[in-house]
Amino acid sequence: MRLAAASLSLAAALSIVAVGVSAQGLGDAAAGEKVFDECKACHQVGPGARNRIGPHLNGLFGRKAAGLEGFHYSDSLRRAGTNGLEWHADTLHAYIENPRAFASGTRMSYRGLKDPEERADLLAYLRGYSDAPIDIPEADPTATATDHDLDPAILAIVGDPEYGEYLSGECTTCHQADGNVDGIPSITYWPEEDFVVAMHAYKNKQRSHPVMQMIAGRLNDEEIAALAAYFKDIGN
Amino acid sequence: MALDRRTFLGTSAALTAALAAPMVRAQATPRVVVVGGGAGGATAARYIAKDSEGAIDVTLVEPTRTYYTCFFSNLYLGGFKEIEDIGHTYGGLAANGVNVVHDWAIGVDRDARTVSLAGGASLPYDKLILSPGIDFVDGAVPGWDISAQNAMPHAYKAGSQSELLKAQLMAMPQGGTYAMVAPPNPFRCPPGPYERVSMVAHYLKANNPTAKILIADPKEKFSKQGLFEEGWANHYGGMVERVGPDFGADNVEVDPTAMTLSIDGVVENVDVCNVIPAMKAGRIAELAGVTDGRWAPVNAADMSTKADPDVYVLGDAAQQGDMPKSGFSANSQAKVCANAVRGALTGSRVFPAKFANTCWSLIETNDGVKVGATYEATEEKIAKVDGFISATGESAEVRKATYEESEGWYAGIVADMFGASA
Repeated sequence: MRLAAASLSLAAALSIVAVGVSAQGLGDAAAGEKVFDECKACHQVGPGARNRIGPHLNGLFGRKAAGLEGFHYSDSLRRAGTNGLEWHADTLHAYIENPRAFASGTRMSYRGLKDPEERADLLAYLRGYSDAPIDIPEADPTATATDHDLDPAILAIVGDPEYGEYLSGECTTCHQADGNVDGIPSITYWPEEDFVVAMHAYKNKQRSHPVMQMIAGRLNDEEIAALAAYFKDIGN
Repeated sequence: MALDRRTFLGTSAALTAALAAPMVRAQATPRVVVVGGGAGGATAARYIAKDSEGAIDVTLVEPTRTYYTCFFSNLYLGGFKEIEDIGHTYGGLAANGVNVVHDWAIGVDRDARTVSLAGGASLPYDKLILSPGIDFVDGAVPGWDISAQNAMPHAYKAGSQSELLKAQLMAMPQGGTYAMVAPPNPFRCPPGPYERVSMVAHYLKANNPTAKILIADPKEKFSKQGLFEEGWANHYGGMVERVGPDFGADNVEVDPTAMTLSIDGVVENVDVCNVIPAMKAGRIAELAGVTDGRWAPVNAADMSTKADPDVYVLGDAAQQGDMPKSGFSANSQAKVCANAVRGALTGSRVFPAKFANTCWSLIETNDGVKVGATYEATEEKIAKVDGFISATGESAEVRKATYEESEGWYAGIVADMFGASA
């Protein structure tokens, strides 16, 4: 029932896109690099790019949806991939415009990019990392996880996942354990380092959300590490 | 420092396990009975069943087959939700291994350790968790009793009462008066009456713009008062009038037949009268003999009652200290309790209690506000550690984000209570 509804809305989204944009749907790559700033907190692209909170985006064009080994995708995107969804300009336009309208169960906590020109620019930028590897520009990977001044000793703490599971009760009142996004972002399957960095940013009030500042504010380093250890491969 | 704690936890857990395991193996599977399938009870039942993986038998006793959440029931009144959106069934809990019994618990024998049900059955327990929510204090509002709840609905237990109040709101004559008798402290959902006023005003503004809302409030102050009063002035100018105890609202009387509300002897004719009486712990807590006055005093570390270490009380019914009576609080307390109960029965690791609460309220379309705090267990009570509240004068963008966040929280907490398939 839900499956049928999902593929129907997928088909509807695709047909709208087919009418709305040119076959290529690509704009200005240089402008797209700036648009990509919005994506950097979760996605890397470029030489050495790795899966972080989101999958890396090298070789994205032509990739099957949920097509990277070793990344925990949502069931929703896995189903779409199994049903034959591939990432091309048209499908990416539709997905990025409104991720949850396109794939209702996606864990991508992103409201969507409404401006078709900005989307076209972004896709042009990403397209540059999807040719044969030899064509990938010699740029640094867009890593943001290292963009912090957290004491390496804090990052080195080995978290206790069982304690993390207990503490996670405080998170799952709002953040759904299965990674569903309904107005509150997913924190499921985050890499430990990103999780620890984000929580310390709330604790130190560098990130601004009052609920998260309060929750993180009274977790000690060990407890944050425990939560990160639990959420990185939460058993769902 | 941090390592010390982990070492300590590890050692004590290993020790407990070593001591407890042989005993546990020697006897039958331990039994937990949970009474009340709301934010406290459903969460506790699910967590104990899920985390013990069959090592504990968990039975949940809940009379209704569809549970309507009190949280977001005001949004139903305002037309932001359908009644189905706030109704949830218990299939997800059953799938998590909880034995769900739809019946009324009518008695507890703490010596024999049994719970008796209206249907005649008797359920034995090793640990009993009561999460019965609230009942109303007899005679709290002169002229009103539970037999008058159709003429003057409380709608403070969601479901048919919410539907009735909404029907009455929609049937109000143009220019009519919606009256609310607000409850004295402490009561379920401190911002609830005032969010309700906001939602009623939202409906009336569009459908009955000359109508009035009159609140008779026995309290000097109320939750998020600055935020609500700012919102009422901005969105519903002149529609809402609140009378406080300084003008006699601690002395009210109603007549459900004549549809009148008397405030300090001055009689008003009203078209809808939403009476929210003073509250007490759900009756089964009293029948179990664990209440002292209107509420059940509990130990902050594990939510066990002061009266009996094998009987726990969660949520609205508990007298625990600083936490407000809210679904979020009950859900938070349930997880602390579940961890402690599991540890006591199977020797699993017990971690220190941590509690949190956040209450979102909707004032008008995309105008959400919130208040929250974190808490810790002290010898004496659940004590507040830190908190925050939305500011007056926030931008429309912030308020919209707050509302969207409340939608996310709702989806999150019902998944946490009932399991993902609810």
